[in-house]
Amino acid sequence: MKLAYYPGCSSEGSAIEYDLSTKKTAHMLETDLQELEDWNCCGATSAHNTNKLLAGSLPARNLAIAEQNGMDLILAPCAACYNRLHSTELAARKDNALREQIQEVIDMDFKALTTTISVLEWLDDKVGIDKIKAKVTNPLKGMKAACYYGCLLVRPAEHTGFDDTEDPQSMDRIVRALGAQTVDWPYKVECCGAALATSRPEIGAKMIYDVITNAKAAGAQCLVTACPLCMLNLDMRQAGAEKMFKEKLNLPVYYVTELVAIAGGASPTEVGVGKHFVEAISYLESLPARAAEMEAAEPKPVKKAAKADSEESDGEPAGAEDAEALQKKIDAMIKGFNKNPDKMAARLIEDEERAKILVEVISGDEKKTARLAELMVTDKEKATKAAEAFVTGELKKREKQN
Amino acid sequence: MESTVKLTPLTESDQLLLDKIEQEAETSINLCYQCGKCSAGCPVGFAMDYTPRQVIRLLQLGLINEALSAESIWICASCETCSARCPRGVDIASLMDTLRREALYRGIITDKKVAVFNQAFLAGVRNFGRTYEAGLLLTHNLKTMQPFKDAELGLPMMSRGKVHLFPAKIKGREQVKKIFERAEKMRGEQ
Repeated sequence: MKLAYYPGCSSEGSAIEYDLSTKKTAHMLETDLQELEDWNCCGATSAHNTNKLLAGSLPARNLAIAEQNGMDLILAPCAACYNRLHSTELAARKDNALREQIQEVIDMDFKALTTTISVLEWLDDKVGIDKIKAKVTNPLKGMKAACYYGCLLVRPAEHTGFDDTEDPQSMDRIVRALGAQTVDWPYKVECCGAALATSRPEIGAKMIYDVITNAKAAGAQCLVTACPLCMLNLDMRQAGAEKMFKEKLNLPVYYVTELVAIAGGASPTEVGVGKHFVEAISYLESLPARAAEMEAAEPKPVKKAAKADSEESDGEPAGAEDAEALQKKIDAMIKGFNKNPDKMAARLIEDEERAKILVEVISGDEKKTARLAELMVTDKEKATKAAEAFVTGELKKREKQN
Repeated sequence: MESTVKLTPLTESDQLLLDKIEQEAETSINLCYQCGKCSAGCPVGFAMDYTPRQVIRLLQLGLINEALSAESIWICASCETCSARCPRGVDIASLMDTLRREALYRGIITDKKVAVFNQAFLAGVRNFGRTYEAGLLLTHNLKTMQPFKDAELGLPMMSRGKVHLFPAKIKGREQVKKIFERAEKMRGEQ
């Protein structure tokens, strides 16, 4: 796929990561991005707050450049640029007098033939979820994300037209395709305050605080965005909101393209995650342990599963025998745990102190003991991970109590 | 401020102004039946003097100056939630936008901070063709007399390679400057 690429001004400054990760993602998904030559600022909100004709003309110069180069599909990762470019296309197509007026202002041929799309539309609609799934080599299992759409990716509906304005799903689909879980939450299309965080910080900080606390209340451990201004507010200005509300928030925020690139094998630093203000690399590193913890928290009844398997394979006694043998081994392992927990813990965790904590955690907890016993029989590596996760969870619990 | 408002029939010039606002906003204020859905969902309603519904009511009553002087029109974040939800299809966000422009044009600027931000933003685009974020923040701070606002963000921005010492300049700078000049001239002729 070939797309004209309109990076937008923030790609050279506050949103370097977005530019890096968009290019990386495009490469991975075999999209050829061709940067518009000598593009100019779209004017953003300031232009349409000031002069309607200017607000149409600044984007139109870029659209006219695309037309000159025979490109009809433009990718604008910034939500505000996307809104300005796309609404100019639509307004000029609808109103010929306006198109002619704009043509006069920019002093270039402008036919309004292009279509500008957002990152979400590109990934979900043009590339497609199946293709993204097929490129995942490093699934983000264990991640619990709140997908934050904000305003201009979904509104106004007659401009965006590809997702629901109140409960959009495209970013959720993309993030789930990477192996992560997404939460249902009511603030996914609320406004982050946009430029108000700069011009009226007392108003902006409350809006930022509301979005972040709402995501956390829904069980999210991170936010995902597809807009540089949302990122700037939720990430860079998170500390300001913390200060104003005297509450530690500490919620990492990612660009959706960063996650796609990382799930496709890129390293977090390579796509700029190290440039965030809220430290965001350690959460990514903690994902395997979290995945093991999640798995451990939902123990599968081994006996039943084994039986179901043998029933399915109807008349194959070998399967049943295998299951029985497996269960025997697991039972023996459980006995071992009950008899000599210290020794068993030492087999899973080297560090003596952490091993001690593991003993404390599993003693008297039949479910956790059974889970560890099962994993030790079936997959030693997973058992180690689960044991570490139990200990980490316990330490966190204790820290909270203190 | 006077505590009572006298409602009189619209003067001819007021009616013309109202027509112009509706035309530019491409919407009709008379469609609004004051249900308040726009204001219930407005994410900045908590900080406004008049809610979006009340701003429309002011216009319906012909109190155009009051609407243009409302702080609300500067606090509006252009998030478009109101327009997306209005059961009568009133494009409230576009109306807010139009009121802001009209107020600016008439020099009625109730919230100077937002207007100064816009001015600084556009000045950068006019000169360089692109936004220069660092320069924008600096100009905004100096013009609003708060030189140390966000100062704690300066160094971290630099260490992350997110601030350039000089603005990016495009080749078509002259062309962009002319776009500004022509757009302003044509606005004045309307």
